[in-house]
Amino acid sequence: MRDHAALSEEFNKDEARVDWHDETLWFIRQKRDRAVHSIPEWEWLRETGSQIKNNVLSNLSAYLEQFEANALKNGIHVHWAADAQEHNEIVLSIMKRHQADRMVKSKSMLTEECHLNDFLAKNGVEVIDSDLGERIVQLAKEPPSHIVLPCIHKKKEEIGDLFHEHLGTAAGEADPQVLTEAARQHLRDTFLTRKVALTGVNFAIAETGEFVVCTNEGNADMGAHLSDVHIACMGIEKIIPERKHLSVFLRLLTRSATGQPITTYSSHFMKPREGQEMHIVLVDNGRSRQLGRPDFRNSLKCIRCGSCMNTCPVYRRSGGHSYHTTIAGPIGAILAPNLDMKDHADLPFASTLCGSCSNVCPVKIDIHDQLYKWRQVLVKEGHVDSVKAAGMKAMAYTFANPSVFEVAGKSGRWFMKNFPSLVSNRLNPWYKEREMPEPPKESFREWYSKNRKKV
Amino acid sequence: MTVGLFIPCYVDQFYPNAAIATLQLLEKLGVDVVYPKKQTCCGQPMANSGFSHLTGGCDELFTEIFADFDYVVVPSGSCTLHIKDHLHSQKQPGESEALRTKVYELVEFLTDVLKVESLEANFPHKVGVHQSCHGLRGLHLSQMTELVAPPFSKPGKLLSMVNGLELVDLDRQDECCGFGGTFCVAEEAVSAKMGKDRVADHIKHGAEYITGADLSCLMHMEGILRRQKSNVKVVHIAEILNGI
Repeated sequence: MRDHAALSEEFNKDEARVDWHDETLWFIRQKRDRAVHSIPEWEWLRETGSQIKNNVLSNLSAYLEQFEANALKNGIHVHWAADAQEHNEIVLSIMKRHQADRMVKSKSMLTEECHLNDFLAKNGVEVIDSDLGERIVQLAKEPPSHIVLPCIHKKKEEIGDLFHEHLGTAAGEADPQVLTEAARQHLRDTFLTRKVALTGVNFAIAETGEFVVCTNEGNADMGAHLSDVHIACMGIEKIIPERKHLSVFLRLLTRSATGQPITTYSSHFMKPREGQEMHIVLVDNGRSRQLGRPDFRNSLKCIRCGSCMNTCPVYRRSGGHSYHTTIAGPIGAILAPNLDMKDHADLPFASTLCGSCSNVCPVKIDIHDQLYKWRQVLVKEGHVDSVKAAGMKAMAYTFANPSVFEVAGKSGRWFMKNFPSLVSNRLNPWYKEREMPEPPKESFREWYSKNRKKV
Repeated sequence: MTVGLFIPCYVDQFYPNAAIATLQLLEKLGVDVVYPKKQTCCGQPMANSGFSHLTGGCDELFTEIFADFDYVVVPSGSCTLHIKDHLHSQKQPGESEALRTKVYELVEFLTDVLKVESLEANFPHKVGVHQSCHGLRGLHLSQMTELVAPPFSKPGKLLSMVNGLELVDLDRQDECCGFGGTFCVAEEAVSAKMGKDRVADHIKHGAEYITGADLSCLMHMEGILRRQKSNVKVVHIAEILNGI
């Protein structure tokens, strides 16, 4: 499997495309800036959101049980899934019970995380994603590259080609309005004919047993309201204590995500309508393990706004797929090692630790500090290559011994000579697009010995 | 007041002029400055690579050398932040703890400790300021664009005291240059692209010089500028403030 560095190198072969990708996401960062700067109490909102989520994580089991009890009272079927496999089996069993082989699904990163679509396909269930961006990547047989903007890596001409192939639009048609209309017609038929609809969950309220789904397209509502069976799948960290807390989170979420004041639809689902069946699947899939890691537990505060991706200078120039995991970008890089350390050992290193992610995070997750901490864990667990480890030991020895360092410094500017090759197997990668600094005639310490008497 | 001067390893070896300017500037401002020659590195290259368990030697050495000074001044935000956040000595835990609060990056030492209000310096050029991430988001040398909070800039305040100097605006005033320590070689493609984009922003706005408080970022951008055979130069803020 190629790592983030290799996949990014591939992405960077088309520099004009990198510029386009960077500017597209920077535009969203700017929209976010304008939206949040119009709210004087923005930092207070972030702090409040963060504190509510801290409370949730400290009392998670109690809130989950409270939510379950209230949801049951409301007539919702509640399921608990320890991992992705259990989650997928539960969904399939509901499909089977209703003898349904077709599903309409609105956006749910959790089902992406569990690879539900593949699992259902293997079991003879056809899934159509109804979020436009998700539908586009589904037609392209690609995973989403961004949690809020799944097809942000695709240009409209490429979407036009996909729609021409799959939905019968005219060849070369790339007008977003025409393409959207084509998708609308195609999905309308899907909504009308699917008996089972699956949605994600943005917030589940312990106090009332209801859940809230936020979309801009209304596709979750179309699917859920026209279906006989509504299945909602959520990670266990999506819980919030009380309904009034939505007044904080709904203000934070979309301003952070896209710069809108609020999602077009923030739909509350509390009980099945008459004749409908409603299920909720509460999924752990590693979340309890993450909760047990003191340094990383607060990554579970994430409300999946994607603002850390939009601001990340690395993400913007490497693309979501370079992270080879469901949730890309800085937040993905601190979540993924919890799921599989070996497979995702490269991700915490795919960052300059610039810290912009932590500053935009609406619930104040210390993302860049956690990236730093994951690096320490990954090295200790042996997930870093031996050349780098040997290089680091040599560096540590040199720096711990002033006489060795001074000799090394004199004999050819030790730092630049050794540093690049110590951390990379490739032949001096610094020099590929950068000149080396020109070594001066004398180092500062040499100058100091000649020009100052002290020490 | 006696100040211990810590010069980052790569500055010692590649940018002695920035170190000399730092020393001379502090001396001009009446500070008694000592440069202990046993110093090497703060340990950050190892720690940021995940090898913080190998930084014990650096930490002991740093603590031993600098424990007795009133302040330690470093012309680098990144190294300063590393010491503030991570310095820990097994042999002298109390001293290393105290050092974490006594260490200052040069710009903040000038504005917050010495409270410099005027400088005798001329630099009749258009200058772009690179806000290095660790100085910006770690040490809060300037306000961060992500936050809803009143603007300020400590480097900007000092540069405004320099005669003839004209600051240029940037499209992205605090985006990372892509150096990132070992990131610059481990993730060469993205690192170089970030550097090229950052440099282009300064060039677009007519900067003749790019300055900042961190030579690691400036070294990265200088490497790109020189490869592009650009006339734009990098200069450490100490050299401007010292009046080169």
